Amino acid sequence: MARAVVTMPAQAKRGEVLEIKTLAQHAMETGFRRTQTGELIPRDIIRRFICTYNGVEVYRADLHPAIAANPLIAFTTVATESGTLSFQWVGDNGYAVNEIAPIRVE
Amino acid sequence: MTTRREFLVLAGAASFAAATEARAQLDPNLAAKRKAAFEEALRRIVGDAQVRRGRVKLQLPPLIDNGNSVPLSVSVESPMTGADHVKAIHVLTEKNPLPDVVSVALGPRAGRASLATRVRLADTQTVTAIAQMSDGSLWSDSAEVVVTLSACLEEGLI
Repeated sequence: MARAVVTMPAQAKRGEVLEIKTLAQHAMETGFRRTQTGELIPRDIIRRFICTYNGVEVYRADLHPAIAANPLIAFTTVATESGTLSFQWVGDNGYAVNEIAPIRVE
Repeated sequence: MTTRREFLVLAGAASFAAATEARAQLDPNLAAKRKAAFEEALRRIVGDAQVRRGRVKLQLPPLIDNGNSVPLSVSVESPMTGADHVKAIHVLTEKNPLPDVVSVALGPRAGRASLATRVRLADTQTVTAIAQMSDGSLWSDSAEVVVTLSACLEEGLI
């Protein structure tokens, strides 16, 4: 079962810059490694990470095989209004994980 | 029933084939090919525009024991307003099998132009971060890193 963890404050003042850390569980197989018998292990990575704030995209990252296993993505966003932040990871072989985090803005 | 002579001939042929295949995998022009791939990736991002140094800060440890997981962070000086913000941040390497590492799309709602992640590095090399501003200008920073244990080689192959 694929899992993801998001760390961010649950409440903030309007206009405050939120620091968000996300971690997805994934081996990020590069597609360049070989087995002991010399066969190439096919690529299996997370291709894209998207963060949306109440439906509006605020941060997007395209990942390549050079991202380490269990990709960490840490970034910031401005607290504009109360609601939810949704995080989406999409990858090879139909990998898709969604995570949501509520935010209260005063 | 295989005789001893037949067995030796077959074994010799098989080991010769394996050695030829192994040599084919080790491309003598590897360094030149990776340089060309890096330049192509750079052209794809930059086009004909000029890249200036500054405004971008790329942070990497200078000496890396294990290239499989290297903390990397990029921050760009920008007011991040609707009129003046960072549109994209790209990270490229010179000697990884693929030059691209990560590309980020962001805007004024990000608050600060920053990125932190963990990357794989295949060799002692230069890592470059390029930031694209909303006015179209490009800024970059690069960091030299020494990698003692490369990523991609954990099985001891090559």
